[in-house]
Amino acid sequence: MTPPIHDVEDIQGAAAFDPGVEDVVANSARNRQNPEGKDQTMVINMGPQHPSTHGVLRLVLEIDGETVVSLAPDIGYLHTGIEKTCEAKFYQQVVPLTDRIDYLCPMTNNLAYCLGVEKLLGLEIPERAQYLRVLLNELTRVQSHLVWLGTHAMDIGALTIFLYCWREREDIMRIYENVSGQRMMTSYFRIGGLSLEPPLDFYKQVQDFLNKMPAAIDQYENLLTGNPIWMNRLKGVGYLSPADAIALGVTGPPLRASGIDWDLRRDMPYSGYEKFKFAVPVSNDGDVWARYVVRMQEMRESLKICQQALDGIPPGRIVADAPKIILPDREQMKTQMESLIHHFKIVTEGFGVPAGEVYQAVESPRGEMGYYIVSDGTAKPYRVHMRNPSYATLQALETMCKGRLLADVVAVIGSIDIVLGEIDR
Amino acid sequence: MYDPASALIGKQAVFEAHPEDAAVKALADLATDAKYDRAELTITIARERIVDAAKAVQQADYNFLEDVTAVDWLPSEPRFQITYHILSHSLKQRVRLVVRLDSDSAAIDSITSVWPSANFYEREVFDLFGVHFGGHPNLKRIMMPEDWQGHPLRKDYPVEGYR
Repeated sequence: MTPPIHDVEDIQGAAAFDPGVEDVVANSARNRQNPEGKDQTMVINMGPQHPSTHGVLRLVLEIDGETVVSLAPDIGYLHTGIEKTCEAKFYQQVVPLTDRIDYLCPMTNNLAYCLGVEKLLGLEIPERAQYLRVLLNELTRVQSHLVWLGTHAMDIGALTIFLYCWREREDIMRIYENVSGQRMMTSYFRIGGLSLEPPLDFYKQVQDFLNKMPAAIDQYENLLTGNPIWMNRLKGVGYLSPADAIALGVTGPPLRASGIDWDLRRDMPYSGYEKFKFAVPVSNDGDVWARYVVRMQEMRESLKICQQALDGIPPGRIVADAPKIILPDREQMKTQMESLIHHFKIVTEGFGVPAGEVYQAVESPRGEMGYYIVSDGTAKPYRVHMRNPSYATLQALETMCKGRLLADVVAVIGSIDIVLGEIDR
Repeated sequence: MYDPASALIGKQAVFEAHPEDAAVKALADLATDAKYDRAELTITIARERIVDAAKAVQQADYNFLEDVTAVDWLPSEPRFQITYHILSHSLKQRVRLVVRLDSDSAAIDSITSVWPSANFYEREVFDLFGVHFGGHPNLKRIMMPEDWQGHPLRKDYPVEGYR
């Protein structure tokens, strides 16, 4: 553990592991009873409307001068009851809701949910759809990491990089728009495959992007990686040991930056990831710098996967062969009686899913995104639970910030890359 | 398509079919029921033994708690199903532990002493289902406001206002 910068020996931290807001306030009240000449603490409130909390996160911090003594996150400001809403929708109607829980990686959430329902149904997905899903998922990872890099650097004071990141992100947004008609809430995946065949210029558009992106990443690294201000703000800040990372449920890039070599794409492959060759970047430093390095390398690896997927897309169908689950083509629906009946039944009644429960996890840009879906045999899910990475990673915030400077809290929040829509659901 | 006949149901059937599975070995004494369905292993544990079971699977190299959540099976009893998903980084597999709770005694021991990451998940289940976790360090509402009435994810809580 990196030693605290400031001497806090007069001050007792809050007793509870991962304290609540009231504990932090009570602890500070206790510390204010310290006799004359000893350190005293104060409580400050950060957020929910604060530009560097990446959404509506509220933090209550007890500080001794500039040093954080204890800290408690207060969440729930964005709670919209998506899990409850899912129980009132047909299976297919849940897909647009999954976009909205993590608005920076819609395709990843679509994928996790669709894979879960497909597992319940026992559906085989054609290889072409799997390749397109992987391609879009890796573009989503690059896009999400670009948002992270831009905002994280801006929090720390490197304003220029934000505009460059948005420039490349715009290209991915255009690819999204081309393929699904939407820039953010794509809802492009369907249970059993994809909603539409990608337009013809999609492949050229992706290839153009893959050609220019490595140079763009070099450009970001030129601006940041050797920059002494950037290094001083990041190195040694927000240390998280491997044991703490496991104990606190941290997943994704922060876990790999703490030295745990674990990536669901490689270790428990889904949607055909076993066919792709890529490295999993790992760092043993465990600090904000390590998370920066891991994510930058991940972007480069994602581009490699995109290139492999683009080169290897096989011909074939983009939906599984299951007429009672997947809507028929318009042409068929208007010429064949049976297709018309299927279309009518799927739209009006949905489709029944055999009873059972599954847990399907995918590696989202932030870590392990898991969907726990329980079916009772009807056309609506009995229960959908989203295990999202930001929720667990937020628990580690106190461990990372304790004994460090208040200004470093901003760097640590940026480095764990949380999305509040996903935490609160 | 999924074939319901492929599922193994019952402790004996599962434990005979997968005798070498690390979770099966670790929980031989603690399991009351088991299911192997869609390549996922589910083991049911008695309510009093959940902390022992969590320690047992942790000893068996299931080192990472992924998720704690609940399902409300109203009107059947036992009403609440608490579900734990636990992953092993070394074995590259996961196990699902399940505990069933009656509606008149919706309480269970917290596993925060085994995995501190259960903290937020158990608070969420407490908030949205009203299940009490004994020994939890900070059992308060996490999503809903402090003064909220009711538990929204219960099945008798309607999607649009009370009826």
